[in-house]
Amino acid sequence: MIQVRKLIKRFGPKTILNQLSLEVADGEFVAILGPNGAGKTTLLRILSSLSKPTFGEISIAGFSLPSQSANVRQRLGVVSHLPLLYGDLTAAENLVFYGRMFAVPSLTERVNQVLKLVGLSHRSGDLVRTFSRGMQQRLAIGRAVLHDPEVLLLDEPHTGLDQDACDMLDEVLKEVAIQGRTILMTSHDFVRVQNLANRFDVLSRGKIVSTIKSDQLTRDGLQAFYRQALELK
Amino acid sequence: MKSAASPSFYKAMMAVAWKDLTAEIRSREVFSAMLVFALLVVLIFNFALDLEAGTRASITSGVLWVTFTFAGTLGLNRSMAQEKDRGCMDGLLMAPVDRSAIYMGKVIGNLVFMFAVEIVVIPVFSVLYNVNLINLGLIFVVLLGSIGYIAVGTLLASMAVQTRTRDMLLPILLFPVVIPLIVAAVKASSGFIQSLPMTEITPWLNLLIVYDVVFLAVAWMVFDYVVEE
Repeated sequence: MIQVRKLIKRFGPKTILNQLSLEVADGEFVAILGPNGAGKTTLLRILSSLSKPTFGEISIAGFSLPSQSANVRQRLGVVSHLPLLYGDLTAAENLVFYGRMFAVPSLTERVNQVLKLVGLSHRSGDLVRTFSRGMQQRLAIGRAVLHDPEVLLLDEPHTGLDQDACDMLDEVLKEVAIQGRTILMTSHDFVRVQNLANRFDVLSRGKIVSTIKSDQLTRDGLQAFYRQALELK
Repeated sequence: MKSAASPSFYKAMMAVAWKDLTAEIRSREVFSAMLVFALLVVLIFNFALDLEAGTRASITSGVLWVTFTFAGTLGLNRSMAQEKDRGCMDGLLMAPVDRSAIYMGKVIGNLVFMFAVEIVVIPVFSVLYNVNLINLGLIFVVLLGSIGYIAVGTLLASMAVQTRTRDMLLPILLFPVVIPLIVAAVKASSGFIQSLPMTEITPWLNLLIVYDVVFLAVAWMVFDYVVEE
């Protein structure tokens, strides 16, 4: 579903992604772990067509980036640490707006479905600026899945959430993953990621340095694998 | 899972305009800032320039356009800052639409805010300066001038908003580009206020029309590159 080959991204003289290669199969939930500045956000911005690669080949759902970016954007949902929601619109109005931008059919019905999925039906008429950070993030996931995308990109979605909000977010993510979407998520939260993803890639200095599937993890868990991956690089 | 289709240019443009207007009706953040600022400028100039009846007609069009220009800059800055601050611009850019539709939607929203301010300011201005500004010719000039100003302003605001000094940068970028527009708008407005013959006003109206067409077309074409990282 996602294929990245020898991706290079440079900002001036600084190389952020250095010959990065990555493959994510249909329906796979992959978590990308890495220290700050490793290039996680840059990778997701390139995959979501917000930034252009300097070199390299990228294909999502059979369409290449950046040349077929409109086709890719139709099949992509993105959640970042910012909610990408309008505070002066209600939850339902935000979804209606994005639904129009993605030409979602039967929009009113779909908006109600999504609000139910993220547990915000009772707050559909409330302004988003009155929502807690956790509620905004759940609505952001609703916005990302509104057009029923094949691929979901999540950039540190747990950032700034308290434990309860993280638990609720995880429930929503599990629900979304069950529907068979391909999910690529960056995170620093090992405990939560371990319960969600079925593959873990460690990104360091612009490259994937190690990969492991969830059923291959030893008793020491993800954190031990991560430390080992960074030491071995 | 099914792939969503892309909305038409018109639907995407209207969705952006609807979103801006709905949010503004609720918050009145942009409109109230523009209006208060415009009224203050009108008031300050009224006290600062103790005008005789003879000179009033020739000066007022300049004061009027300075007011619109300054108030417009304030509105353009706020309108784009709202997109940037919560990352909403990324949300817009990730939609499978022609990005020019986003630009045109923002232009429509900003134009409505500008017209709303002008509808309040013009009668107040007429009373304070004792000049009748409510005539069809002048309204046509205000319409043309506002379209050109917002067309360029929306494009440059989307560039300026990506920098840390966006509030300062927008006027620095915008004012040199809109000088021909403002000169033409002032001259044409002054012509209508002083009831000059149409032969003296027409060249300025033509300049306004050409400016609007050229800059709307240019902005339409380059918006995609401006918002790209």
